[in-house]
Amino acid sequence: MNVAGCDVGSLTAKAVILADRKIVSCSIQRATSRPEDSARNVMEEALAGASLSFKDINYTVATGYGRERIPFINDAVSEISCHGRGAQWLIPGVQMIIDIGGQDCKAIKLDRDGRVVKFATNDKCAAGTGRFLEVMAKLLGISLDDLGTLSSKARAPLDLAAACTIWAQTEVIHHLNNGMGLEDIAAGINQAMAKRVAMIVNGLGLERNVCITGGVAKNEGVVAYLEKLLGVKLKRPPKVDPQAIGALGAAILAHERMGGPQ
Amino acid sequence: MIVAGCDIGSLTAKAVIMNEDGIVSQAVMRAGARPEESAQKIMETALEMAGLKMQALAYVMGTGYGRRQISFVQDVVSEIVCHGQAMHWLNPSIRMVIDVGGQDAKAIRVDEKGGVLQYVYNDKCASGTGRFLEVMAEALEVALENLGPLALESQDPISISNQCAVFAETEVVSLLNGGKAKPDIAGGLVRALAHRIAALAKSIGLETPIAMSGGVAKNQGVYAALEKVLGVQFNRPEGDPQINGALGAALLARAKLQRLNAEKG
Repeated sequence: MNVAGCDVGSLTAKAVILADRKIVSCSIQRATSRPEDSARNVMEEALAGASLSFKDINYTVATGYGRERIPFINDAVSEISCHGRGAQWLIPGVQMIIDIGGQDCKAIKLDRDGRVVKFATNDKCAAGTGRFLEVMAKLLGISLDDLGTLSSKARAPLDLAAACTIWAQTEVIHHLNNGMGLEDIAAGINQAMAKRVAMIVNGLGLERNVCITGGVAKNEGVVAYLEKLLGVKLKRPPKVDPQAIGALGAAILAHERMGGPQ
Repeated sequence: MIVAGCDIGSLTAKAVIMNEDGIVSQAVMRAGARPEESAQKIMETALEMAGLKMQALAYVMGTGYGRRQISFVQDVVSEIVCHGQAMHWLNPSIRMVIDVGGQDAKAIRVDEKGGVLQYVYNDKCASGTGRFLEVMAEALEVALENLGPLALESQDPISISNQCAVFAETEVVSLLNGGKAKPDIAGGLVRALAHRIAALAKSIGLETPIAMSGGVAKNQGVYAALEKVLGVQFNRPEGDPQINGALGAALLARAKLQRLNAEKG
């Protein structure tokens, strides 16, 4: 039995295909301005990766901001629920998910079955989202990956005074002009990012068994600072890209809708 | 008696020179990275316009974010106090001042002498400050000074859903790509800014007569949007609203000097 989960976010589209409860394909693409096109494109890529076609899929669950506009699906579920399901499947017993995407940041508390107990989110302010890092990487003329790895080489991380992305840009330009090293600036940026995320997590109430998902989970600098600030080790999901947890959760829900074994 | 006020903001430096009768000269320029240099430069510009030398100044009052770095002042005072004093001098009936600068926005309630009763400000978030308009003007590819007139052309301003300047910038780009008219986008942007400023003013209780100072007070689009959002008419004192901080500092310098002279007898 083949099922699919399709997560269409504002910046990226993700698809995961399960065959008899095993991940057989996972695809991540930049989203287009039309969610239905993004969904079709990413699904086609994932299907090709598993040498399958649309007619081979028994059930598809969609999630993400564009989920209501995808024509080929059987059901649509909120991304918070899908994240919970996906994380709990990969890391049994996980109590909290910190998901940092390109345009938002969420902290989600789960019960033992991976159901959402409560959550907190920021999608109003770019600070504390992947967007902050994108703006800063562009300003420094380095890749997002470099922004993550440069941190570990910092000697005296910059202490950014401003939280606002716009003001922080001015601050970074000032320090660049004064000759501060890229490593120290990058570390300061990652630290500022971690501080904002920690505020949301602490606002909700920290748990002990925490996993980190979303594109920013790939930034080791942010993850290291966040671990330091929160005082817990953050688990990265095994087997699948941390950006695809929502799509994976959707696929697992699709599997369950088909009455597949848990 | 010749005195001066020098206001070193984060984006602009302002200086006003006064005598017993009123303003002798005034100047505004873009601030550099070093407040002490900006202060020196703007003061020299204002002095030159008045045909004076630095030694002619009997008292100089500094204000603004960079006031502690000005070398030639006798005293410093917060810009909140300066705005109250300047507005009182321009129009003593004013009870509320909205000051929107490049990096912050303030709402100040003043008494019948221009004294500060209560104030609130935002310098944490760029939306709701002049910087929001700068970023958006760039995204729209229009000059900052044209954003206001452009907004006034709009019959049907577009509602901007993002508050954050970073997210709103992306929204503007996608609105442009979607073929929306620039005036309608500009109209939506000044309305968004007006909503932020209105929230600030309402948080300490809206008062009238009300007036605006700061660089953003030069934007007629923001005036119109604020009047609509707040449901009040703004009093528009004559002169450059951007110099009010320096003007207030000069007024305080004059008062201080008069007091000192009186004490000396």
